[in-house]
Amino acid sequence: MSVLSVRELHVTYRTQGGGVAAVRGVSFDIDRGEVLGLAGESGCGKSTIAGAILRLLPEGTEVTGSVLLEGEEVLTMRPGRLRAVRWAGASIVFQGAMHALNPVRRVGDQIAEAIVAHQQAGPREAMVRVGALLEQVGLPPRRIDDFPHELSGGQRQRVMIAMALACNPSLVIADEPTTALDVMVQAQVLRLLKELQRDLGLAMLFITHDLSVLSEVSDRLAVMYAGKLVEEGPTAQVFHDGRHPYTRALAAAFPTIGDPSFRRRPSGLGGDPPDPQAIPSGCPFHPRCPEAFDECGRTEPALYDAGPGRRAACLLVRSALAGAAEGER
Amino acid sequence: MRVAPTQAERPGPPGEAPSSPRSARAVAWARRRRALARFWAAYRRSAMGMAGLAMLCFFVGLAIFATFANDTGTNPALASGPVLHPPSLRYPFGTDRFGLSVLTLTIHGSKISLLVGLSATAITVVIGAVVGIVAGYRGGLVDVLLMRLTDFGLVIPWLALAIVLASILGPSLGTIIVVIGLTSWPGTARLVRAQTLSVKERPYVERARALGASPWHLVTRHILPNVFPVIFANTVLVVAVAILSETTLSFLGLGDPFSISWGSILESAFAAGAATIGAWWWLLAPGLAIVLVVLGFTMCGFALDEILNPRLRQR
Amino acid sequence: MRAWIYVARKVLHAVLTLAFVLVFNFFLFRVMPSDPVKLLTRTSSAELSEAQQRELLHDYGLDEPIFPGQFLDYVGDVLRGDLGISFLFPGESVMEIFLRNLWPTVLLVGLSTLFSTLIGIGTGIWSGWRRQSAFDLASTGVSLFLYAMPEFWLGMMLLIVFATTLGWFPTGGRISTVTGLSGVEHLVDVVNHLFLPCLTLTLAYVGEYHLIMRSSLLDVLGEDYVTTARAKGLREKVVLRRHAVRNALLPTITLIALNFGFVLGGAITVELVFSYQGLGLLTYEALTAKDYPLLQGLFLFFSAGVIVANLIADLLYGYLDPRVREA
Repeated sequence: MSVLSVRELHVTYRTQGGGVAAVRGVSFDIDRGEVLGLAGESGCGKSTIAGAILRLLPEGTEVTGSVLLEGEEVLTMRPGRLRAVRWAGASIVFQGAMHALNPVRRVGDQIAEAIVAHQQAGPREAMVRVGALLEQVGLPPRRIDDFPHELSGGQRQRVMIAMALACNPSLVIADEPTTALDVMVQAQVLRLLKELQRDLGLAMLFITHDLSVLSEVSDRLAVMYAGKLVEEGPTAQVFHDGRHPYTRALAAAFPTIGDPSFRRRPSGLGGDPPDPQAIPSGCPFHPRCPEAFDECGRTEPALYDAGPGRRAACLLVRSALAGAAEGER
Repeated sequence: MRVAPTQAERPGPPGEAPSSPRSARAVAWARRRRALARFWAAYRRSAMGMAGLAMLCFFVGLAIFATFANDTGTNPALASGPVLHPPSLRYPFGTDRFGLSVLTLTIHGSKISLLVGLSATAITVVIGAVVGIVAGYRGGLVDVLLMRLTDFGLVIPWLALAIVLASILGPSLGTIIVVIGLTSWPGTARLVRAQTLSVKERPYVERARALGASPWHLVTRHILPNVFPVIFANTVLVVAVAILSETTLSFLGLGDPFSISWGSILESAFAAGAATIGAWWWLLAPGLAIVLVVLGFTMCGFALDEILNPRLRQR
Repeated sequence: MRAWIYVARKVLHAVLTLAFVLVFNFFLFRVMPSDPVKLLTRTSSAELSEAQQRELLHDYGLDEPIFPGQFLDYVGDVLRGDLGISFLFPGESVMEIFLRNLWPTVLLVGLSTLFSTLIGIGTGIWSGWRRQSAFDLASTGVSLFLYAMPEFWLGMMLLIVFATTLGWFPTGGRISTVTGLSGVEHLVDVVNHLFLPCLTLTLAYVGEYHLIMRSSLLDVLGEDYVTTARAKGLREKVVLRRHAVRNALLPTITLIALNFGFVLGGAITVELVFSYQGLGLLTYEALTAKDYPLLQGLFLFFSAGVIVANLIADLLYGYLDPRVREA
């Protein structure tokens, strides 16, 4: 059974200018022990999904669809049950630990707080657990009494990870956990996450705009554009052989060090992601797509079958399917 | 990254000649007009801002009217009404101890109250902005010295200082204006300095400096336009405080004894024992006027603050 | 250890600021372009003979150069508690007059500040938490109104309603002139006279504190660590109490301390309105009588009051926010 099962998730923010649809119908599953990477440019809606799963979005935000966490529907949970599920069922490693940690309280307290709140231990026992957690993420236990500003960026992120593991969740949502870090520290934290995920058999939703990071860490890869999934499949396949033009463009934007042909061949993608309040007709990607044709502006593609365990939302994939079906006749 | 033409910007049907290139100034002015239009659209959406603006327009209109209107109604020697009379049809806000209509007095009082408030604010904002920008831009010893001065200014209790200065300079409108100006600038200076520091760090300032821009150019072309919104929002709030300060100083008898302001009306009322007699109407009109004007400026100021000051309230 | 360094630093800063005020105070009164003899003795120089003038000037130390002579004299005097002789109350030193009027004002300002901060902060928190609720709209509207009111006008209106018309409270004074009151009766008398001025001063600033606290809390509620706290499954009340309020109090404390100078100004006008004999009313009397030694002493005292208030706020801030305790 999947740990997380999301169906037709729609999220609409309420703003002064009207409703803004940040997520427009996203569906995916994450199995036990599996890491699903979610990639996309800023503003595509991926961080919104992180907030939506545990219902942490601002009041007034419209969330419809279905989010099944260990078989339970989160979107209709009663407040008491929701609070119990938060952190103990699924936890979040936030980006920018400097702002995600309370600056005037000790980090040990902040981690222990979660343990005590979920009645998994009394205050003193909780502190012992915190010490063990800090060790697990590679921090000396004496850091337990430090304030966030006394730690380096990488150390703070480790604290965030320790905190996320505090209540033994089945799912960890990592929302851009390494984005605000230096490259060297990034690598360390990524390695740590991967180890912990493997050792503890955690299911993980890894959200980032950095595709290269996902290629190391995730088992399956999903790509988002303008609030919808445009491709999904096993990481290696999606990364090296994307079936959606956007995926290919994203993957190609990362330089291969030492490859002279890359330097000579510019591979950036022109244009900007669409304004959520002005999404183009038909396929939202068609204005920037190098392979767009007439129908792309009129018909919005669904996620078509693109191979075993793969889907892609492109009319070209649909044509290929139709072609294959033709060929079989 | 070159921006590929989106659907909205694809060239029109063939046959339309492309428009001629506009001068840099025309482009800049068009951009400013658009920014102003956007700002106004945002401001219009604020109920508080629009209500405040309405109140201000009313009182400014009142003051303008009072400037051209006949002011015999404020001359005690020409008073013709009943003395200390509560509100009636003829005198909607009652009369004072000379028999003058309190309403007339209040209307004419708006001139001085607004004038003093605005003048004092001008002094406050000019000094505060200059100090703040210089301190923020120069940094180093200049910054430290100016900030010590500013902190010192913030610590001094304003009314005590105002009383001392006014007793030295003698009671007059000029005294009040100068005194309020000199005691209020530190608040503005602190705000402007903070904003200057943040603007100074922005990439385009660094770039301009690398290109060899002079400090004058940097300050006037880059820093000042970006600090201006903060100054503007702050100015509106300062006017509110300045008007309240003028009221207080006039009430204590430090203003011009021959001119009428809302504070001076209250002073006459108090001196005549209005409170102990129970002549509430004498106090009502000027008090209401003060409250509404200050409210007006404050509400506009809050609305402006929300629009012009970048702050993430909800994600 | 770090905490003590912080305390020492803040106290030193306060003392230094006070020293600056002392210097400022001295020069403020000495650089006046007027007749020093007249200022000190209220008799014009023209009425005195040369010898008398010289003697007078020597008595007051005015024949010495302003700096360092007169200045050092002044500093020495102040440190010894000698703030000069008053005109208004001939024969009494400024210090004596001070101490007589000190406690009424401390009582008035102290109590009203206590009430206005506690109430304002409380309603501000509730307002910010329950944004756009009926309570929020009502309390914020009332706060805006109170903020826009001159405190002496509010005082006069309250006086008219509760004292003149309803007769529930006396129309002025600090204590009644009746003698021979017992301890309890005396206490009741004091409270009776203190009530309206204290209410006025409380209402005058409670609106502002409400607005500040509400705004501060709204800012904090948008911070990431509040989302983290919610994500951990904590109850809303716990999130509010443990994470939001403590952080929101920080800028509020600073702003309240900065406002203290205005509170003292308010005390001056409110004491005047209610004829409440304290330092505030004294200031007005000194102003009208042009009693410069008294004014100078009062200015020094009021400044010291604001400096002390800011020091207390700084120490409180340091207790709440570990980040500022670093060197």
